[in-house]
Amino acid sequence: MINASAAVWAEGAPTLQEVMPAEGVFSLIWLLIALPLLGATVLLLGGRRTNTWGPYLAVLTVSASAILGILMVVGLMDRGAEERSIGQSLFTWVFAGQFEANMAFQLDQLSMVFVLLITVVGALIHVYSLGYMQHDPNRRKFFGYLNLFVAAMLLLVLANNYLLLYVGWEGVGLASYLLIGFWQHKPSAAAAAKKAFIINRVGDVGLSIAIMVIFVTFGSVTFDDVFGQASEVNEGTLTAIGLLLLLAAAGKSAQFPLQAWLLDAMEGPTPVSALIHAATMVTAGVYLIARSNAIYDRAVWAATAVVVVGLITIFMGAIIGSAKDDIKKSLAGSTMSQIGYMVMAAGLGPIGYVFAIFHLLTHGVFKAGLFLGAGSVMHGMNDNVNMRRYGALRAAMVVTFITFMAGYLAIIGIPPFSGFWSKDEIIHAAFERSPIIGSLAILAAGITGFYMTRMVAMTFFGKARWEDDAHPHESPKVMTIPLIILALGSTFLGMALLFWGNIETWLEPVVGFSTSTSPLSTEAVIAISLTFVIIGSIIGWISYARREVPIVAPRGSLLTRAARADLYGDAVNEGLIVRPSFWLSRLLIWFDGRVVDGLVNGSAALVGGASGRMRRYQSGFARSYALSMVGGTVLVLLALVLVRLS
Amino acid sequence: MNPSNVVILSAILFSIGAVGVLVRRNAIIVFMCVELMLNAANLAFVAFARTSGNLDGQVVAFFVMVVAAAEVVVGLAIIVTIFRTRRSASIDEPNLLKY
Repeated sequence: MINASAAVWAEGAPTLQEVMPAEGVFSLIWLLIALPLLGATVLLLGGRRTNTWGPYLAVLTVSASAILGILMVVGLMDRGAEERSIGQSLFTWVFAGQFEANMAFQLDQLSMVFVLLITVVGALIHVYSLGYMQHDPNRRKFFGYLNLFVAAMLLLVLANNYLLLYVGWEGVGLASYLLIGFWQHKPSAAAAAKKAFIINRVGDVGLSIAIMVIFVTFGSVTFDDVFGQASEVNEGTLTAIGLLLLLAAAGKSAQFPLQAWLLDAMEGPTPVSALIHAATMVTAGVYLIARSNAIYDRAVWAATAVVVVGLITIFMGAIIGSAKDDIKKSLAGSTMSQIGYMVMAAGLGPIGYVFAIFHLLTHGVFKAGLFLGAGSVMHGMNDNVNMRRYGALRAAMVVTFITFMAGYLAIIGIPPFSGFWSKDEIIHAAFERSPIIGSLAILAAGITGFYMTRMVAMTFFGKARWEDDAHPHESPKVMTIPLIILALGSTFLGMALLFWGNIETWLEPVVGFSTSTSPLSTEAVIAISLTFVIIGSIIGWISYARREVPIVAPRGSLLTRAARADLYGDAVNEGLIVRPSFWLSRLLIWFDGRVVDGLVNGSAALVGGASGRMRRYQSGFARSYALSMVGGTVLVLLALVLVRLS
Repeated sequence: MNPSNVVILSAILFSIGAVGVLVRRNAIIVFMCVELMLNAANLAFVAFARTSGNLDGQVVAFFVMVVAAAEVVVGLAIIVTIFRTRRSASIDEPNLLKY
């Protein structure tokens, strides 16, 4: 059965594309990364001198990268489908024995869409941050970190080998750490930053071991070499690599079982949550899996593990998102859930990769819009994040409300908003693999409808439950314009990519594509999932817009309480990892103190004590020395005589 | 000539010397006992040389005497120095060089 499905997958698998030399605008691939890196360097090393103009420089560098990216996508579209993979090698970076890694970039259809997402959404969020962070004394540093993030993320998606990808992977992890802990004077933010960093480290270990296994197996870490030879390697090795890469993806993308950091990561400023923890960085895991499709297509067990991890996370995220009163944490749960969809789709094989990336793009735009909308609400509500103290804000902040609604309709998947197209394609693909996976995906779509309706109802509808000193107001233009652009994206991007951009044919040369042969027709899937979404939304509406929302959260059911505690993710980590580690280290300390030190100190004390006794024989009396000499001589003589006699 | 009587005499002299070194406290007496032991050894050397008929033993006896003379020079000088500082020739008293 496994072999049969593997054969099916091989059909849709892509053949390796020929890499074209970098000419024309594509000779500037390096500049995409260099610009934000330059911005980060100037801002972070320039110090206070750059305080006044630094943030504008940061916006400028990212916008320049975005313009460059748009020029490149136009250039790629002009070329034939087989000429769209472009390589640029700058210099040999690591060279040791047989090992060689170049500072080399590969811009193909997959990297291209990521470059666009990162630079365009990144630029919008930079602009938005100009308003959002206006009064922060450290905003120069903030923009420096944001630029650093954009540079690292671009390096991640443009690298043509796993080692360079790893540099970007660590770079975004660092930027994420710095930005979550940006308000490090708050102990909770500092702790959240450390938590994110440490949990990510677990995934990074997976990635580094995967790279080592890849090098040992293939003798190279370049994507082309690895994917070109993947068919010659046995399935066991590929499964091992696939599982290790899945561990890496789970860490970066906050998938089960490494999901615990994302909710705490909301301690960072809201633009950070939008850019890093919703639109781009957390999708790096999906990128890694989609990029390594040649490995997963030939390692069915690893791909199945990807599906399972994705499914579990879809539900964890959705349940957590349904219970949180903190608007950002609720959105974070939703992010987990949506990335779960992408990961699950990426595990479905060639029928899923394209839609995983498709959903990633639409989600990147509408979730960024939702987060920035939440930031705009917080901006007007004295940075209060508790949705129980919102209510009836639709009149006070019209632009935020309308743009948020666009994101809302997109995420729950109402046609023709962008999320509808991508999510339904994923559900449809899931049905082909197994009716169970498909049904679960539809059920989760219903929960999405519930928690997003709950969020919208609690924030914009119902009665005002504001705190006394709250004077909700619309945010300045510099914040609302990015919101409007993202709302337009949330509305039209799905259709644009599907009908005008032909996302399947665009991505097919990189990730492969096979049309679905699902027993359910597309119309049936749409009908069922829309029904579930509407039921979920109606339940959410009745519970949170019709009924009074209590200001103090009620005790709630067992599930609600569990979800408020992040489904005990921290407790599980604490019980399974942290405490046993403590015990182990205590045991080791005891062993070191008692046994190792005991042996060393004991033997020293033994020698010391024994020599203390021995030296008493050095009495200083010459006659006793003479006696011992005589005695010794007599003993030697006796021995000689005995030997002679025997 | 049967050397056994001479060797026995030599052994007796050596034993007297050894016991004297061990039991007497006066440095001069101890010194004399050491000389007694050396000369007991000399006696044995000479006796064996006579029986075996070559001169090696006799030569060694001369060497022992020379070494003994040198030893006396150094040893007596030390004893005199000790006597000068401590007003005593007991060999148990200078016992500072110990643990």
